[in-house]
Amino acid sequence: MAREGSPVLRVEHLTMRFGGLVAVDDLSFEVQSGAITALIGPNGAGKTTVFNCITGFYKPTEGRIALRRGAPAVWSALEGLTDSGKRGLVRPDGALFLLERMPDYLVAQQARVARTFQNIRLFSGMTVLENLLVAQHNPLMLASGYTLLGILGFPSYASAERAALDKARSWLDRFGLIDRADDPAGELPYGAQRRLEVARAMCTDPVLLCLDEPAAGLNPRESAELNEILLRICDECDISILLIEHDMSVVMNISDHIVVLDYGVKIAGGAPDEVRNDAKVIAAYLGVADEEVAQVEASVGL
Amino acid sequence: MAVLANSASEGGRAEKPILSREPNRFAAALREAAFTGLVSFGLFLPLIGFETVTNIRDELILRTRWPLLAAFVFIAAGGRFFYSFALAPWLARRAQKPVKPAAAWRGHFKKWFVPFAIGFVIAYPVIVILVTGWGGALKWIDNFGIQILIYMMLGWGLNIVVGLAGLLDLGYVAFYAVGAYSYALLAKNFGLSFWVLLPLAGILSSFWGILLGFPVLRLRGDYLAIVTLAFGEIIRLIIINWTALTNGYAGIISIPRPSFFGIPFNANDNGFAARFGLEFSPLYRVIFLYYIILALGLLTCFVTVRLRRLPVGRAWEALREDQIACRSLGINTTNTKLTAFAMGAMFAGFAGSFFAAREAFISPESFTFIESATVLSIVVLGGMGSQIGVAIAAIVMIGGTEILRQLNFLKEIFGATFDPTQYRMLLFGLALVLIMIWRPRGLIATREPSVFLKKRKAISVDLVQEGRG
Repeated sequence: MAREGSPVLRVEHLTMRFGGLVAVDDLSFEVQSGAITALIGPNGAGKTTVFNCITGFYKPTEGRIALRRGAPAVWSALEGLTDSGKRGLVRPDGALFLLERMPDYLVAQQARVARTFQNIRLFSGMTVLENLLVAQHNPLMLASGYTLLGILGFPSYASAERAALDKARSWLDRFGLIDRADDPAGELPYGAQRRLEVARAMCTDPVLLCLDEPAAGLNPRESAELNEILLRICDECDISILLIEHDMSVVMNISDHIVVLDYGVKIAGGAPDEVRNDAKVIAAYLGVADEEVAQVEASVGL
Repeated sequence: MAVLANSASEGGRAEKPILSREPNRFAAALREAAFTGLVSFGLFLPLIGFETVTNIRDELILRTRWPLLAAFVFIAAGGRFFYSFALAPWLARRAQKPVKPAAAWRGHFKKWFVPFAIGFVIAYPVIVILVTGWGGALKWIDNFGIQILIYMMLGWGLNIVVGLAGLLDLGYVAFYAVGAYSYALLAKNFGLSFWVLLPLAGILSSFWGILLGFPVLRLRGDYLAIVTLAFGEIIRLIIINWTALTNGYAGIISIPRPSFFGIPFNANDNGFAARFGLEFSPLYRVIFLYYIILALGLLTCFVTVRLRRLPVGRAWEALREDQIACRSLGINTTNTKLTAFAMGAMFAGFAGSFFAAREAFISPESFTFIESATVLSIVVLGGMGSQIGVAIAAIVMIGGTEILRQLNFLKEIFGATFDPTQYRMLLFGLALVLIMIWRPRGLIATREPSVFLKKRKAISVDLVQEGRG
């Protein structure tokens, strides 16, 4: 189960304030390469805010979010990069990016962090296939010579588009959506829309995949299928997964590491078994103070 | 009510229920008609019932027009009665009938429509000359053909911005004006030819599009619409007030006209007609202009269709669907919006320079807000994003208003002072309201996917977002 490696993402002293509200307070954690890390916590704990900071949708008030690609040795350049004021550096053996300095689209384009959304955001009026082609926008744009070669009908674009279609087809196959490829995304049933969103994110060739409640609204069978798919892509595609989830069957079964947030503060972190028995975590989920846990558990018959 | 009656009769209980409901329906229709008459009486009393006229001593006197008022009220009430008593039950019965599956001829129609339409527009001048003769052809080619094609091209250009990228642009006429004045000023002051200035006008217009886009495209939805509206007015006001350059309200006269590979269309010895041994006629130039705007229009359409299948076109449509998802996939939304703006502006610039070359006279009068509104309504009526829909809407709207000029027989009915063109805006508004009721998302309410694996299926427009900037 344990897929250990060096960290691919390092979040250090992340703080996000909205006016007087501290949504995330001095949060530090790491995502190990090739592993599945879960971010859990009660409603309003600040999980999605952390996601928005990592993916560049919010600019954090304080803190450093660093992402590595390639050899672990590039971590040695982190302090130098931070002092230089640049967004990232690319070396022959790997690359390092400071995500808090990058706008959202560059986080996806250069640092290769893909994400899904809590409320599904598909291009509902476009077909399933088109959704996956939009995800491959940047390489296709390059192949079409920023539209110029494409509009003149150069063969280089045609071959790039064929390759993109093949890639889309292979992802549709894996997620069992190939029969719906030509249907509009908005017509798919809910579970299929969730899977399509993950497939679309995977089409961007991510290093880190951030899933915001991928199992929300799925029935137990669908969520078991999702578990299997996530474990498989994590093994096969050399990516790391960071996920927010409320469904404990998903969290406990597939994650290697769990970070628990409550009111923006990290209250626990570790392997699923440690977290499951942590008194602070139980208290936070029951919504009571630590010392009252035993009493509440007794009263509900645990 | 009719539905109830029908189902009852099917139940085998003879026709009695229908008969017993008949007077009810009549009474209800009468009641509705009376109410409509009352409302229209209240509405038309001040509008129609009274008229102010100046008498011979230059005094304003109030005159009443009771018969006319009665006629209006009667028409409204009668119409309502007809609707409630006859039309509505008929429509309800029709809605009950099962929908027939699409007939085979529809597939053929779809397949052959576009080639046929292109063939028709290419042969149009010849057909017109054959039908009306040399004398009457000018009107049909110039007023109908060229005028419709200009708006069709503008519609297709704006369709990129509004229909594909989902950015509401209410100041599209500004780019049309920039194109027209670019051609007029550069041709008059520097003597450059039409063919050099046509691309240049397009480039200058798209440059303005980008210049406007940079500060504006961070706005969304209604705010974007207001700023583009303001931009359209700013360009017009600059044209009016910068008299040293643009000659203000007076406009620019005698703009050079395009020539046929260096041969001008005039009655001189070196003119087009003389060179080719033909009798001089202004028709040659008009036919030549017709084919220029036809080529430009087809170019616009061709490029747009092509762009939709390229990554940039898909990104435009994705932007209309969901901007946040676009950003999460690494699409630079600002640049993508700018390309849509620049592309739309470029086609407006082409159309503008053609307009200046055709009229040989331009003034700020030609670039008012109503032009933007006309082009936008062509796009909306056609069905946002649909090339064929926009073409049909342009023919109906512009052709319709031109037809009004030709309805001289109406003068014999309503008297010599009756001018049908004055009712242009009224009919225009009525058409808009009716189409928005029957087809809220435009005439062509499906979206064709840009790519498919097995089968191309049209997407119902209900799933397609309209875009919020």
